[in-house]
Amino acid sequence: MNAIQLHYEVDGTDFTRAGEASAAVKKALRQLGVRPDIIRKVAIALYEGEINMVIHAEGGYIDVSIDQSSIQMALCDHGKGIENIDLAMKEGYSTAPDEVRSLGFGAGMGLPNMKKNTDEMHIESTVGVGTNVYMTVYL
Amino acid sequence: MTPIELAKQCNFSVINEGEGNDRQIDGIYCCDLLSVVMGRAKANDLWITVMGNLNTVAVAVLSDVSCILLAEGITMDDTGIQKAKQQDVCVLATEQPVFEAAMCAAKVLSL
Repeated sequence: MNAIQLHYEVDGTDFTRAGEASAAVKKALRQLGVRPDIIRKVAIALYEGEINMVIHAEGGYIDVSIDQSSIQMALCDHGKGIENIDLAMKEGYSTAPDEVRSLGFGAGMGLPNMKKNTDEMHIESTVGVGTNVYMTVYL
Repeated sequence: MTPIELAKQCNFSVINEGEGNDRQIDGIYCCDLLSVVMGRAKANDLWITVMGNLNTVAVAVLSDVSCILLAEGITMDDTGIQKAKQQDVCVLATEQPVFEAAMCAAKVLSL
């Protein structure tokens, strides 16, 4: 099949809408007959990414490309960037504010969960400019 | 055993039935931090938490748990209930603390 391209804008001001992109991708993958365990991994990785965009970056956009062999995701924002990516990748490390923690996020598991649920993950970030996260899950 | 059957046995109230008569419970998972739940809860778990908002429902759907059980008398806010109805997520509730609720469920489920 030809590659399927999906594009989503993530509204950085509305916590209640975070998850819309991952839910839409989940639905699309289900319609394509992708294995449920792969759908779960992709949906979790994208949801964590969306939550990060809302918490840290006031939104951004997500591009998803699906072909016969893989699902490729690019999450791009113009937020404040990540100072120390190695530290951000450590489970339990978080810079999320208290109000986010009171909603059940900010456990410092977001980026580690994204890595755990994808086959490849690469982060490009510049402080004050923004962050791009590239993830691939093989089919 | 289905979530609705479990609710009857442990005297949990049903906030939203959703797929509560169609799903089976295979295990129990207790945690309130949503990212931890997404990383570690298994599909078909009964998820016990005190976090009752919209994001709880989103995480339940992503993690594919059988149902949410709100412990300690916690209620779910209106937007959360609306989302649970839309997504057919079963939501139960109890006045019991997390540990006691999990104990009852474990006993009834023979875990």
